[in-house]
Amino acid sequence: MLEIEIDGKKLTVPGGSTVMDAANSVGVHIPHFCYHKKLSIAANCRMCLVQVEKAPKPLPACATPVTDGMKVYTHSDMAVKAQKGVMEFLLINHPLDCPICDQGGECQLQDLAVGYGQSSSRYEEEKRVVPNKNLGPLISTDMTRCIHCSRCVRFTEEIAGYQELGMPGRGEHTEVMSFIGKTVNSEISGNVIDLCPVGALTSKPFRYSARTWELSRRKSVSPHDGLGANLVVQVKDHRVKRVLPLENEAINECWLADRDRFSYEALNSEERLTKPLIKQGGVWQEADWQSALEYVANGLKDIVDAHGAGSIAGVATEHATVEELYLLKQLFAGLGSHNVETRLRAADHGLKTAGATWLGQSIVDVATAEAVLVIGSTLRKEQPLLAQRLRQGVKKGLKLSVVNPHADDLLTALAGQVVVRPDQLVEGVLAVVKAVVDAKGVAAPAQIDLSGVEADDAARAIAASFADKEKTAIVLGNVAQQNPRYAELYAAAAALAELTGAKLGVLGAAANSVGAQLVGATGAGNVFAEPKKAYVLLNTEVEFDVGDSLQALRAVQGAAMVVALSSFGSCALEHADVILPVSPFSETSGTFVNMEGKAQSFNGVVRPLGETRPAWKVFRVLGNLLGLENFNFNSSEEVRDIALAGDLAAKLSNALAAPVAVKAQAASGVVRLGEVPIYQADLLTRRAPSLQATVDGAAPQLKANAATLARLGLSIGGQALVKQGQGDAQLAVELDNGLADDVVRVPANHPLTRALGAFVGPVDVTQA
Amino acid sequence: MTVYVKGVVFEGVDFDDPNSWKLDAYVARGGYAALKKILQTGMTQDEIIAEMKTSSLRGRGGAGFPTGLKWSFMPRNFPGQKYLVCNTDEGEPGTFKDLDIIVNNPHALIEGMIIGGFAMGITVGYNYIHGEVFEAYERFEAALEEARAAGFLGDNILGTDFCFQLHGHHGYGAYICGEETALLESLEGKKGQPRFKPPFPASFGLYGKPTTINNTETFASVPYIIREGGQKFLELGKPNNGGTKLFSISGHVNRPGNYEIPLGTPFSELLEMAGGMRGGRKLKAVIPGGSSAPVLPADIMMDCTMDYDAIAKAGSMLGSGAVIVMDESVCMVKALERLSYFYFEESCGQCTPCREGTGWLYRVVHRIEHGQGRPEDLDLLLSVGANIAGRTICALGDAAVMPVQGMLKHFRAEFEHHIEHKNCLVRGY
Repeated sequence: MLEIEIDGKKLTVPGGSTVMDAANSVGVHIPHFCYHKKLSIAANCRMCLVQVEKAPKPLPACATPVTDGMKVYTHSDMAVKAQKGVMEFLLINHPLDCPICDQGGECQLQDLAVGYGQSSSRYEEEKRVVPNKNLGPLISTDMTRCIHCSRCVRFTEEIAGYQELGMPGRGEHTEVMSFIGKTVNSEISGNVIDLCPVGALTSKPFRYSARTWELSRRKSVSPHDGLGANLVVQVKDHRVKRVLPLENEAINECWLADRDRFSYEALNSEERLTKPLIKQGGVWQEADWQSALEYVANGLKDIVDAHGAGSIAGVATEHATVEELYLLKQLFAGLGSHNVETRLRAADHGLKTAGATWLGQSIVDVATAEAVLVIGSTLRKEQPLLAQRLRQGVKKGLKLSVVNPHADDLLTALAGQVVVRPDQLVEGVLAVVKAVVDAKGVAAPAQIDLSGVEADDAARAIAASFADKEKTAIVLGNVAQQNPRYAELYAAAAALAELTGAKLGVLGAAANSVGAQLVGATGAGNVFAEPKKAYVLLNTEVEFDVGDSLQALRAVQGAAMVVALSSFGSCALEHADVILPVSPFSETSGTFVNMEGKAQSFNGVVRPLGETRPAWKVFRVLGNLLGLENFNFNSSEEVRDIALAGDLAAKLSNALAAPVAVKAQAASGVVRLGEVPIYQADLLTRRAPSLQATVDGAAPQLKANAATLARLGLSIGGQALVKQGQGDAQLAVELDNGLADDVVRVPANHPLTRALGAFVGPVDVTQA
Repeated sequence: MTVYVKGVVFEGVDFDDPNSWKLDAYVARGGYAALKKILQTGMTQDEIIAEMKTSSLRGRGGAGFPTGLKWSFMPRNFPGQKYLVCNTDEGEPGTFKDLDIIVNNPHALIEGMIIGGFAMGITVGYNYIHGEVFEAYERFEAALEEARAAGFLGDNILGTDFCFQLHGHHGYGAYICGEETALLESLEGKKGQPRFKPPFPASFGLYGKPTTINNTETFASVPYIIREGGQKFLELGKPNNGGTKLFSISGHVNRPGNYEIPLGTPFSELLEMAGGMRGGRKLKAVIPGGSSAPVLPADIMMDCTMDYDAIAKAGSMLGSGAVIVMDESVCMVKALERLSYFYFEESCGQCTPCREGTGWLYRVVHRIEHGQGRPEDLDLLLSVGANIAGRTICALGDAAVMPVQGMLKHFRAEFEHHIEHKNCLVRGY
């Protein structure tokens, strides 16, 4: 510890601190632009110059290490003169167009100019003009305003993992730009908007739609991936105008993924439904809530009476809140049915665990582990911010490795990488088990049959990365959870975790994956395999939210009654018989339990649109109409307190409830690797035009390695016809040499591929 | 034109002989004897550094930092790769000495670097050569080949355990890459812009490893010091200003060129060596140490000796030894306009005061030169300059300001005349 003095305040700080760190620790504000706590030190803006005793020149606080006995003056004449000098330089070429700048009112340059600027300029020459850049549909540029702090450049390189922005040119001609002809395509690119201290990089979807001081700021939680990023939702006139991160070091730090930030566009979509609708004689008729709810209650009762409780099913996604899912489950229980399911993309429902599967540890624990193995995950697209965290972990020594059906770049160094066919993920993990067993000289774990399993170099590299480590983790991603042999895969991963002493974890695919399990809104299995007479769909679009979308679509089309509780039209209008317009997350209170088992409740940030009602209220009234007991809730908090009653942590468990035998199998033939494109994952992202306009939102392509393309007679850029079961799809062909032989990567749950079946399974591919 | 008067770098070089740069000729004039002395007599690293300190050799790149002291900063027992880098990114306007060393006597540099590598326990070196002098780069590569073939360079030098690899690297002509940390960035393949310090290259240099960087002339002086002893080198010059130095004389003299002379030689003698003033005109002013050094008027210069301390005392700096001589026909406003343009053009743009300030300085000088100056402009120049100097990441900011301050200190009247009369005081030439 070092003893120093800042502006006369004595304090002790740890060795290695900078003057900026020390000042921050005692609440002394030093003006700055380029400094950011999550980025490397650049010391280029020079705004943080302070006086240090015995130093002849002012020194940058952000880059000056503290030494014992140092005396720092942040507001002395020397310091203030230097700071004002820098401010003058920053302003001479800055346009001072604050009245028409979107950053106006939340601009660090504007704010600091109040304290350090002059009322008029001594610079009378022409100001610099810099051409704007096309950085894609999310980031708007006004490059003349750029003050060259390089935060955005450092972000893309250090946090997003790939330097998509750079600073070519010299002197006054230095410009921030992307690669020539390229946009910024990172899945977390929107953070550069927050980082930009001026109005050079602003939000394109938000552009010119409101001034910052007109907006109310309300806390919320992201409804997308299992991280549960904390949000500040900004609202004007009961409309969501913008979403920004709410800093939470334990969860999202100060970042947001682009879908957390921009999916709000869907909330104001023209597809929003605002009135209950009943289809009569094939024509949609508007109805009042009372009639619609009675229609639903009577319809469900009639079907149960006629065909039994097994003839109805409740379907929701893991993006629904704890309260909604609990009441859906209770409603069906009241009707005598246990047919409620939320794991819609799963192909294997056989896994039974002692509790709700979860990360097995905190998010921080995973990122600060010594070794992490990710099994079956397109991590950057599934969990963008967790991928970012692991990337930072690797810089601090974390050994990261993957067992995957592809070789997608995690933009960080890997200690080991096993690439297998999607139907061979189990064998991929078994190879690592074998490598560990060999290295340790121990017997194969019970239930794990290693006969015929060989450990290759890649498997041994992964095994080696776990050797002699204390804090390690093995986590299963979406691709694993959607695998047709998930139970085996899970059991193999569990065995590997036990062998290596690693913590086993499941990366919750959606905001409430853990919550859905906690309230029991899962366990029915595939409710479409045997078609039901009636389906109640809560914000579920079967062709986009279900793994075997073709099967689900057929089941729904054949049902006698389909009740859609939906925020949006399109799919609901196509398949349902009655539509109850319900609130998206922004218009209801609720709770999500994130992947680390943390329950995060939030309030509605705007009032429900039109006659829309929160789904938990709809279920509550339906329960009353059906005469069910224990449905007299007055608030979502009352629902939550019952739904999540007791010790939450005790209900989380990744332990297998019963042993699962695992044995290597052979696989051959052309196999599909189906995954959900990042911006098809849930019904909000599907309706966010800006996200759809990104590179990640582009039409899916069929990808395969060069040998497979040649064998199938496909050429890059040509068209392929994919047949799976009774459906088919036509896609453009692209090369992906990271795939194993005979693997064709065909994205799922997309309008182009909705007619196809299971994510992983045999397909016929021909030239179209 | 290169003129050897007395010194260590070009001793024995025959500038008229096209083969004089080659290894045979270099060995014949005593080359690689210093290396042999070290490797064959068992001279220790400490002894070499002590000899360097005795010599009082100061960095010839411009800053004049004592070389022996710099070498002693290198952590000699660092576990891992360390690097030795030679800075031949000679870009300071007026300076053209390092180019001549590489073309005429490359082995002196190579031997100096090998000795440096031995003294600091470094096994890999790079010579970063200015991008616009490609023939120098090719000459250096040819000399490296000779040295490798003769066993002076590479693995097991002269049959000992000592190994030293040396590589040439040519830059792309940016002035800023002569700043040592920008040079390292460029050498790593990145955009050449200075790093903030600390950490200094001695602890965090090339690829983040301990690195020592010296100028070409500095390294080329090393063999003499080791061969003849530090004391003898020191005595060539004067105390605290050891040895001889190359001066690049340009401007209004009869014989511009490089002159290797002892430090402490009076400027008047140097001017005489260069053939005196061209056309018999009167000396007006001299920039004694490259374009970054403040200008000094004739009377001060004529009383000055050419060494670090004397020039500093006179209010300028010896810098890289580039002596720009200006006669009475020179308009100081126009001269400053050109100098300011240089720094405006060469600022890397990384940090605010230099990126914005150099352009401002240039534009104000430009308008004075073009008859649009205002009375308050001279104070504005000094004020803007004061806001740049000492506030930047590297010394380019200071370098851009010093010519302005020097000109206004000694020739303010000329600037005032420009502003008042919208024309030049110096007319009729």
